[in-house]
Amino acid sequence: MDRINIAGAGIAGLSAAIALAEKGIPSLLISVQPSERAQSVMAEGGINACLDTMGEHDTVEEHFRDTMKGGVFIADEDAVRSLTSHAPEMIDFLERIGVPFNRENGHVIQRNFGGQKKKRTAFARSSTGKIIMSALIDEVRRYEAAGLVRRLCHHNVTGIDIRRTDSGLSCEGLWLCDTYTDRMYYSRGHVIAAWGGMNGLFPGHTTGTAANTGRLTADVFLRGVTLSDLEFIQYHPTTVDIGSKRLLLTEAARGEGGKLFIERDRKPWYFMEELYPESGSLSPRDVVSREMYRVCQRDDCKPPVYLDMRMIDKPTWESKLSDLRSWIIYHLGTDPVKEPVAVSPGIHFFMGGIDVDKRHRTDAVGLYAAGECACQYHGANRLGGNSLLGALWGGRQAAYTAAEETGECENGEPAAVGESEGFDVTAYDAGAAEMCGILVSGLGIVRDEQTMRSALDRLDGFADAHRDDPLHAGAVLGQAMLLSALARRESRGAHSRSDHPQRDDERFGRRTYCRYKDGKIQIQI
Amino acid sequence: MDYEITILRHKKGSDRSYYQTFAYTSEGNENIAAVLDRINRPSMTDIGGEPAEPVRWECSCLQKKCGACAMVINGIPCLACDRKISDCPAKFTIEPLRKFPVVEDLIVDRSSMMDELRSLNVWLSGEARSSDDNMTCYEASVCLQCGCCLEVCPNFCAGGEFAGMSAAVPMTRLLLEMDNKQGKELASSYVRNIFEGCGKSLACRDICPAGIDIDKMLINSNAVAVWRRNKHKVVKK
Repeated sequence: MDRINIAGAGIAGLSAAIALAEKGIPSLLISVQPSERAQSVMAEGGINACLDTMGEHDTVEEHFRDTMKGGVFIADEDAVRSLTSHAPEMIDFLERIGVPFNRENGHVIQRNFGGQKKKRTAFARSSTGKIIMSALIDEVRRYEAAGLVRRLCHHNVTGIDIRRTDSGLSCEGLWLCDTYTDRMYYSRGHVIAAWGGMNGLFPGHTTGTAANTGRLTADVFLRGVTLSDLEFIQYHPTTVDIGSKRLLLTEAARGEGGKLFIERDRKPWYFMEELYPESGSLSPRDVVSREMYRVCQRDDCKPPVYLDMRMIDKPTWESKLSDLRSWIIYHLGTDPVKEPVAVSPGIHFFMGGIDVDKRHRTDAVGLYAAGECACQYHGANRLGGNSLLGALWGGRQAAYTAAEETGECENGEPAAVGESEGFDVTAYDAGAAEMCGILVSGLGIVRDEQTMRSALDRLDGFADAHRDDPLHAGAVLGQAMLLSALARRESRGAHSRSDHPQRDDERFGRRTYCRYKDGKIQIQI
Repeated sequence: MDYEITILRHKKGSDRSYYQTFAYTSEGNENIAAVLDRINRPSMTDIGGEPAEPVRWECSCLQKKCGACAMVINGIPCLACDRKISDCPAKFTIEPLRKFPVVEDLIVDRSSMMDELRSLNVWLSGEARSSDDNMTCYEASVCLQCGCCLEVCPNFCAGGEFAGMSAAVPMTRLLLEMDNKQGKELASSYVRNIFEGCGKSLACRDICPAGIDIDKMLINSNAVAVWRRNKHKVVKK
C-alpha cells in the first residue's frame, strides 16, 4: 500500500496518522517542530460531544442544531451531522487512550460553552488541548515503533506538487526541507494537509502560533486549489496583548460564571447580560466580540471591557480553572480572584481555508485537508469546543478517504532533490508585519466597503512590490481574503459589515468560493 | 533600562561556537522571547557596531505551553517566554541547552528525547483504566518535553542508560493507567532507565517550566513499577 504524506503533526495530523495505522496503512508524518509544539496544545476550554452526563437531557440533534446556528447556517449539514453524531465516539476513543478528563461519579463531566444551551464541553481543567495531545502523541508512538508511522520532525513542507491534468487537478506528492541540514527532498504520494490556520498573515495579532504560517494554504491556492469562506475570521472576545502575541483567556472562564462589563456612568455595566438575557456573556464568540466593539464606541461608556471572574467560587478555580488563574497572574500580574481583567477581542481562528467536501477531499485528487487549514464544520462562526472535535474527527475522515483512494504501489523513500537556498528572515518578518497592518485595517470585527477597498488597494501595491520574493504568496492569499469579504455584502457570523448590517440568505446563504486562475482571483458565492 | 546581552552563536554546519554581545534597551517588562524578536531586525549590528546575522531560535506558542523556546539564560535553563528581562542583571548571557547537539545559535536537536521515549516503549498497552481521581495523570500530561530538567540533571547524558525526567513523567501517566500485567514492559523500562539511574539529586525539582511536581511523579511511578502495588491511584501527596 502507498504511504500517505501527512503535512502537520497537530491534532488533525496525529488523528489521521492513527486512523491510517489502525488500517495498517503507513504514513509519513512531517512537521517543522515535534507535536508537543503544535498549536493544538494551546487549546484550553474543552471538546464538545453529547454525552449527557450532566442530567440536562442533551441530544446529538441539539449539538447539530447549535453548531449550524452558531455557524449561521452555511456549514455543510451532512458534514456537521457526521461530526456531531460521532463526537461521543471520539470522547470514548480519547478515554481509551488515557486522556484524564475531569470526571465525577464515574463519568466525564461537561461545562457550559458559548452558543450552547446544554453542558456539552468535556474538559481537562483548562489545558484540554495539551492533555489530549499528550495522549495522542503516546498513541502515535506505539505505531511509530510498529513501523506504521514515520515521523519527520524538523522538516518543513515547502510545496505541494499539484499538477493540471485533462481531468482536473492531481496531487502527486510534496517537497520538504530538513531545517537542520537545508537538504530538500521530494516525497511522492497522496497528501493530507493538516498544517493549521493562517496566523502567519497576522503576526502578533493572533492567539495561536505564528509557526502556522498559512504559507502552504497560499501555495496550494496559487496552484489552483479552491479555498472557501476566507472572510470568516473569528475574533475571540477575551484576549490580552502581551507584546509578542495575544494571550487567550479561555471561554471556560465565562462558562464557569465569569461576566463582561464596561464602565458606564462610573458604574460597571454588564452589557451582555442586559442585551442578551438568555445567553449573556456566554453568547457565541462573534456576538460577544461585536457587542464589545460596539460598547467601546459608545459615548457613555469608558473602555476597556473587563472580564469579571470574582464570582467564580474557590472549588471551581481549583478543580477546573487552576491553569488559567496562574497564567493570568504570571502574564498580567493580576489575580482574577480579586480583580477584573481588561480584555479585548483578538484573532483566534480561521473558519475558512482549503475547501473540502464532507469526506475531506479537496478539488485536487489525492489532496485531503483537515483541522484549521480546512474549511469545514464551522460555517460563519465556530463554537468553542468544536475545533478540537473538528480536527480529531476531520483528521480521521481525511485518513479514511485517503485510505480508500490511495494506490497499491510502493512509493519508496523521499528522494533528495538538492539544497534550500534560504531567505532573509528579518526582511521577511518586516514585510509580514507591514502586510499584517494592511490586512487588520480591512478585516476588523466590523467592516465596510471603503476600509476594505482601501486595504485592498494598499495590498495590491504590496503584492506588486514583492512579486519575486517569499511574501508574494501570502499577499495573494490576503487579497483573496479581502475580495471574499468585499463580495459578501451582508452581515453573517464573524463577518459583520456596517454598510450591509442585515443577513441576506437569498443572495449569500452559502459558502464563498475562491479560485486562482490565469493570475487572477475569482470569487463565487 | 539598558542591557548587554551576550549570546552564544553557532553557524549551521560549523564546528565552532562564539559569543556575540548586543546592546538592548528594554521597554519595560518584556520576556526574553520578545527581546530576541526585537534584536533580530534588518541591518542589525552587535554592540561594537559590526553587522550581525539574525539570532536563530525556536518558538511556537510564546506562552509556556509548548517548550520550544528552552534555552539557558544567565546560566539557568528555562523558556525564553517564561523569563522576563527585568529579572535579569544588566549584563547576562543566553546560550543553547548543552545536553543536545547544537544546530544553529540557540536551536538544538532534541530528537534524542523523542527517540528515548520510543525505545523505552512509552505508550499504552491496551485500553486505559479511567478514574475520577486522575490528577496525577493530568499533571504528568502537561510535560512540555522541553529538556530543561535534563540540563540540570547530574545523572543524565545523551545516549546514556538513564533517560531522565522527560521520560519518567510521561511514563507516570501510562503506568497509572495500565494494570500490572499491561504495564509490565513499561515498568521494566522504568526500573532500568529511570529508577536505577536517578541519583535523587532532584535538581530537576525546581526547574520544570510546567511546574510538574517531580516528587509526586516519582513516588507514584516507583509504587507501581518498583514496588508493584496493583492500585489504580497509588499514592496521594
